[in-house]
Amino acid sequence: MDRQLTFQQAINEALSQEMERDRTVILMGEDVAGGSGAEGQMDAWGGPLGITKGLWSKFGDRVMDTPISESAFVGAAIGAAVSGLRPVAELMFVDFMGVCFDQIFNQAAKFRYMFGGKAVTPLVVRTMCGAGFRAAAQHSQCLYPIFTHIPGLKCVVPSTPYDAKGLLIQSIRDNDPVIFFEHKLLYPMQGEVPEEPYAIPFGEANFVREGDDVTIVTLGRMVHVSSDAAAMLAKDGIDCEIIDLRTTSPLDEDSVLESAEKTGRVVVVDEASPRCNVATDISALIAEKAFASLKAPIRRVTPPHTPVPFSDVLEDLYIPDAGKVVAAVHDVTSYKA
Amino acid sequence: MKEGKIVAWLADEGTEVSKGAEILEIETEKILSSIEAPASGILRRRVAGVDDVVAVGGLLGVIGDNSITDSELDSFIAEFQARAAVQTKEAELGPVPETVVVKDQSLRYLKRGEGQEVVILIHGFGGDLNGWLFNHEELAGRRTVYALDLPGHGGSSKQIQSAALDEFAKSLELFMDSVGLTKAHLVGHSMGGAVALRLALASPQRVSSLVLIASAGLGMEIDGEYINGFIAASRRKDLKPHIEKLFADPQLVGRQLVEDILKYKRLDGVERALRTLAGEFCPGGKQAVVLRERLSQLPMPILVIWGAEDRILPVSHSQGLPPNVRTEVLAGSGHMVHMESASRVNRLIQEFWESE
Repeated sequence: MDRQLTFQQAINEALSQEMERDRTVILMGEDVAGGSGAEGQMDAWGGPLGITKGLWSKFGDRVMDTPISESAFVGAAIGAAVSGLRPVAELMFVDFMGVCFDQIFNQAAKFRYMFGGKAVTPLVVRTMCGAGFRAAAQHSQCLYPIFTHIPGLKCVVPSTPYDAKGLLIQSIRDNDPVIFFEHKLLYPMQGEVPEEPYAIPFGEANFVREGDDVTIVTLGRMVHVSSDAAAMLAKDGIDCEIIDLRTTSPLDEDSVLESAEKTGRVVVVDEASPRCNVATDISALIAEKAFASLKAPIRRVTPPHTPVPFSDVLEDLYIPDAGKVVAAVHDVTSYKA
Repeated sequence: MKEGKIVAWLADEGTEVSKGAEILEIETEKILSSIEAPASGILRRRVAGVDDVVAVGGLLGVIGDNSITDSELDSFIAEFQARAAVQTKEAELGPVPETVVVKDQSLRYLKRGEGQEVVILIHGFGGDLNGWLFNHEELAGRRTVYALDLPGHGGSSKQIQSAALDEFAKSLELFMDSVGLTKAHLVGHSMGGAVALRLALASPQRVSSLVLIASAGLGMEIDGEYINGFIAASRRKDLKPHIEKLFADPQLVGRQLVEDILKYKRLDGVERALRTLAGEFCPGGKQAVVLRERLSQLPMPILVIWGAEDRILPVSHSQGLPPNVRTEVLAGSGHMVHMESASRVNRLIQEFWESE
C-alpha cells in the first residue's frame, strides 16, 4: 500500500520539509511551540490541536510562540515577510481574523500593487475553519469567501492529505500572501502522501470523479460529502463529475466551464454562508460563460444564512450533507422547462 | 491495478470464441482495455455483467464445450467464487514496492512471482514500475519478475548525472548485484529498451534475453515535441494531449493516468532530472545514441515488439534489423503497446521465452 498520512501529519510534514529546505521559513502563532520556556514545557503542545508538534525540537527559535494578540503577530509576520523571511503564521480559528483585517486586507494584500511590483510579501496564514466541531458560532465559520474577495490575496482550501501537503508547500514558496484553510474535521482523515516534497500549482482544480450527467463543483470538506452523494446517485444510474476547486483565488475557471459545458447540469456545494460565497461566484461564472450549455438552472447547496448553531442537532442540520446534495442533483436531472 | 469495470461484452453466451479474440472491454483506473479469450471454446456463461467491478483474478465468464452440464457450470462458478474471496483477502496483503540503495541512490522495485528464471521490466522516459500493470502479474506466472524504477523516476532517487543513459545501465547492473542476480531476462520499453540494450552490450553474460518494446536506440527519429511537452506541462489540460499521443486510441487515457503522471512530475527534482535526461537522450529532437548496428553482435535472443501506430518512435525502427532479431508489429496499437495490447504482448513475450 502507498504511504498513508493523516491530513494533520501531511501539514506537519510540509512545514518540516520547507523549514529544512529554506532557512528563511519561520513559524509563529499561539502555542505553536507550546510552552512558556520552562523545562519540559517546550514542544508540549504544537498548537491547540498539535499540528506543529515536534517542529520546535527540530528548528528551535524558528518556531515562535506569540502573545494572544492576532493583530500583533499577524502584523509582525507581514513585516517579516516584506523584509526577507517566509513566515507561516498560525491564526488558530479564522473566526478571529477580524482583529487583523487591516494588516491582511489593506497592507499585505496591497504591497505588491502599491509598490509597483517591487515588493513581495511571501506570507502564509494557516487557519482552521468549518462547522461540525461542536464549537459554536464563533469557532465554526468557513470565511474563505471574504479572503477570496480581496485582490492580492491567494486563498487555498485543501480537501485531502495529498493536497494539503502539496498546496502548503506551494503556499510557502509563493511570493504573495496566502490564506490557507484547514477544515478541523479533516485533520484525522487518512490518505496517500508521498514522502518527497512536491508543490501543487494554484488554480488547478482536481477532477475527483468523472461523469457525464451532472457537474458538482465543490471544495474543502464538502468534496467528501459530494463524493458520498455521487456514490449514492451512481446506484440510481446518475453519473456525477466532481470538481474540487482546491484554490478559490486563483480560480480554475477553465475546468469548471469545461465540465459544465459537457454535462449541462450543475450543482455547487459550499459550506460557507450563502450570500457572496463560492457557490454564488461559480454559479455566476457558469451563467455568464456557459449559459447555452445549461439544461437546467444551477442549484446551490449551502447552509442557511444563520450563525452556526451551538445545538448538536441544529448544527448537523445546518451543514450540507450527502442527502441534500442528492436532492439537488435530482432537482437538476428531473428539471423540465 | 486492483480491479476493473466491465464496459461491454463482445461475445454472446453460447457462441464460439477462439483463443486470443477480444471478448470483453474493461475500464481500469488508468485506461480502457480489452480482455482476450484465454482459450478456444463456447462462451458458456457470462459471470460478470456490464458495470460490474471485478477484482484482478476474479471470474468474468466461463469457456467450455457443450458437454458440460449447467449444474456442473454452476458448481464450478460457486467454487471459484469461494476460492477467489479467500485469495482477494490474501492479495490485499500482496507485494509492496521495496527499495535498495546503490551508490548513494535509492532504487524502488516491485517483485512478483517465484521461479528460477528472473526477469527485469524497465520502463521508459517519465514512466515507472506501475506502467507494467497489465503485464507484471501475467509475466510472473512461472518466473520471478522485478519491475524497476530508473533513477529520476517513480519512487527512486531524483538526482541523476549528466551521463544519464550510461548511468542507468550501470544502475541496472548494480541493482542486479544488490538483489543477488547474476543473470536476467530484460524487458525494456522505449528509453528502458535502450537501457537494457546498453547493459546487454556492456555485460552480455548477465542478460539471458532481450525484449525491446517500442525501444529507443534503434533509430534517430523521436517526437521531440512530445518530450518537451511532457516536461513542460504542469497542468492536467496541458499534459493530457501529450499523454494521448502515446496511444493509438486517445480515448483510452483516463483521468487517473494523467493525475498519476502529474503527481510524479510535481515531486521536487523531477523536472530537473527529466531535463538532464532529455538533454542527453534526445538533444535537439533526435536520439543521440543509435545502437541498431550493434544488435548483430549480441549473443542472446532478441525480440522486438512495436505498435504499428506509434507516434513517438516510428515503427520503421523495427524494420531491417539483423536476422538474430525477431520482430512483431502489432496493428492498432501506439507507443504504449504493452498497455494497449497487453494480452497479445504478454503472450508474445511468454512464447519467446519458452521457445528460446
